Amino acid sequence: MHTQNNHSQTQQTQEDSVGIVVPSLFQCATPLTLECGKTLPGFELVYETYGTLNSSRNNAVLICHALSGHHHAAGFHHKDDKRPGWWDACIGPGKAIDTNRFFVVSLNNLGGCHGSTGPKSVNPDTQKPYGPDFPIVTVKDWVVSQQRLMEHLGIPRWAAVAGGSLGAMQAMQWSIDFPDLVRYGLLIAAAPKLSAQNIAFNEVARKAILSDPEFRQGHYYEDDSYPKTGLSLARMLGHITYLSDEGMAEKFGRELRNSGLNFDFNVEFQVESYLNYQGEMFSKNFDANTYLLMTRALDYFDPALAYDHDLSKALSHAKAKFLVISFTTDWRFSPQRSEEIVEALLAAKKSVSYAEIDCPQGHDSFLLKIPRYIKLLKAYMDSIEVDNLGEVSE
Amino acid sequence: MRHDLATIQQWIQPQANVLDLGCGDGTLLAHLRNTKNVFGYGLEINQDQILECVKNNVNVIEQDLDQGLDNFDNNSFDVVIMTQALQAVHYPDRVIDDMLRVGKECIITFPNFGHWRCRLYLALRGRMPVSKTLPYTWYNTPNIHLCTFKDFEALCFRKQLKILNRTVVDMNYRDGFLQRIFPNLFGETAIYRVSR
Repeated sequence: MHTQNNHSQTQQTQEDSVGIVVPSLFQCATPLTLECGKTLPGFELVYETYGTLNSSRNNAVLICHALSGHHHAAGFHHKDDKRPGWWDACIGPGKAIDTNRFFVVSLNNLGGCHGSTGPKSVNPDTQKPYGPDFPIVTVKDWVVSQQRLMEHLGIPRWAAVAGGSLGAMQAMQWSIDFPDLVRYGLLIAAAPKLSAQNIAFNEVARKAILSDPEFRQGHYYEDDSYPKTGLSLARMLGHITYLSDEGMAEKFGRELRNSGLNFDFNVEFQVESYLNYQGEMFSKNFDANTYLLMTRALDYFDPALAYDHDLSKALSHAKAKFLVISFTTDWRFSPQRSEEIVEALLAAKKSVSYAEIDCPQGHDSFLLKIPRYIKLLKAYMDSIEVDNLGEVSE
Repeated sequence: MRHDLATIQQWIQPQANVLDLGCGDGTLLAHLRNTKNVFGYGLEINQDQILECVKNNVNVIEQDLDQGLDNFDNNSFDVVIMTQALQAVHYPDRVIDDMLRVGKECIITFPNFGHWRCRLYLALRGRMPVSKTLPYTWYNTPNIHLCTFKDFEALCFRKQLKILNRTVVDMNYRDGFLQRIFPNLFGETAIYRVSR
């Protein structure tokens, strides 16, 4: 989701890295009818895998990405790649999600902008990019599309479905919609649905994009341009919610870029400079139409809705065992939100363990090497029984 | 296995739903799961113990007992257990109420402050007793609500609770002759099984 903290990982730590990875493309020719009622005639999902599927095919782990994530969760794309995948802190040989034991699958969700079918893709009806006409996709739709990928890969059942933030929502939806296909659900920095405040932040982010003249109602690909200002603003706003007051104080304080005040409105504080940089970089690498879609998917997520607003009723269908982890300084999805999920799981008499990790890094914590978090995640993953590794006999 | 845990085990039916308050590393729950197919959760606040629970495949919820059990429904457990934690909570009486709200019965163990060594220590030295079982000094002890067996039973009487079983043991969790005749004087730990 937010990868600014991963750059300390370099090639020196290669022994616990999955190394160089090459993405694959899954082309699904079967039409997919979405929750919104529209049908995609077919779709493509770009994905990566790490580790080896064992002969009994019971060691596969699905990684679900968050708002601005993608399929590249671990390892490097080429030798000079400075930055590893977004969850490299947790995925690799000997790491929490140990690729010596597990076959890890990570994809870019439908509607994404990193190679899966999305607004940037060509609409077969018009032979032009979908742009704003790409249908709204939901977490439920993602799970259905991921299940198609699962079939394609010949995986009968996930050992675990794991994710942080919006990724956790997908893991939760998986356990409800396909109870027989998930053994363990790992819900990290999660929420059972967005609060009014969460939706409000999303709305401001969307307004920033929609009101950028360069957005042109979403038809900006033709001119090879993009709503840089709007998307940057959206990201800057989002980024603040991924950090914590404490974390920002620790990282930037009131430090100035130059000595002394300038008495103008140019960037003076380090935190301003950082946010501007993050926003600008993000706007170059992400698609505004996808950002709109992803925030909507977040807004709409509410698995309890179909069960009389009773989350425990929704989760009563699940057959998975759960690990729920929250972080004390996460105010985007605070520990209380995770506790709502835990309470629902307890009421549904599901196996669940819950820990609240004390750390200053806010919502972004789930991406980071926080010792207690990593240890717990590793212990939990290590306790999942899988058969010995062996190549799939095709 | 610790003798108190062995005693507790006898009072738990196969397939029971169990909540263990202050479950430590999950030894009891793991044992009950393996021997009696018991389903349960442990509550714990110690980080290392939580990690051990996860390693033991025991459901553990990071939760402070002083914040109550509001996240659990009424009568959702057959048995609620609390070993050696009653004396460390802020409001032992409220915790007992909560235990009997979420469970049909509860099993509570705690150290006896009326043991002769404690009495003698206080009588002769005039200072708060420090012993092997209660090794802390008054200002740094987590045991803020120590009581004697008589005190506990008085509380049960006041709350009109039924004491279904009581086993009194010494430091090594053995119940000997003296513990049976003069429990409040010679018993170091009591294991009570209580219901409404």
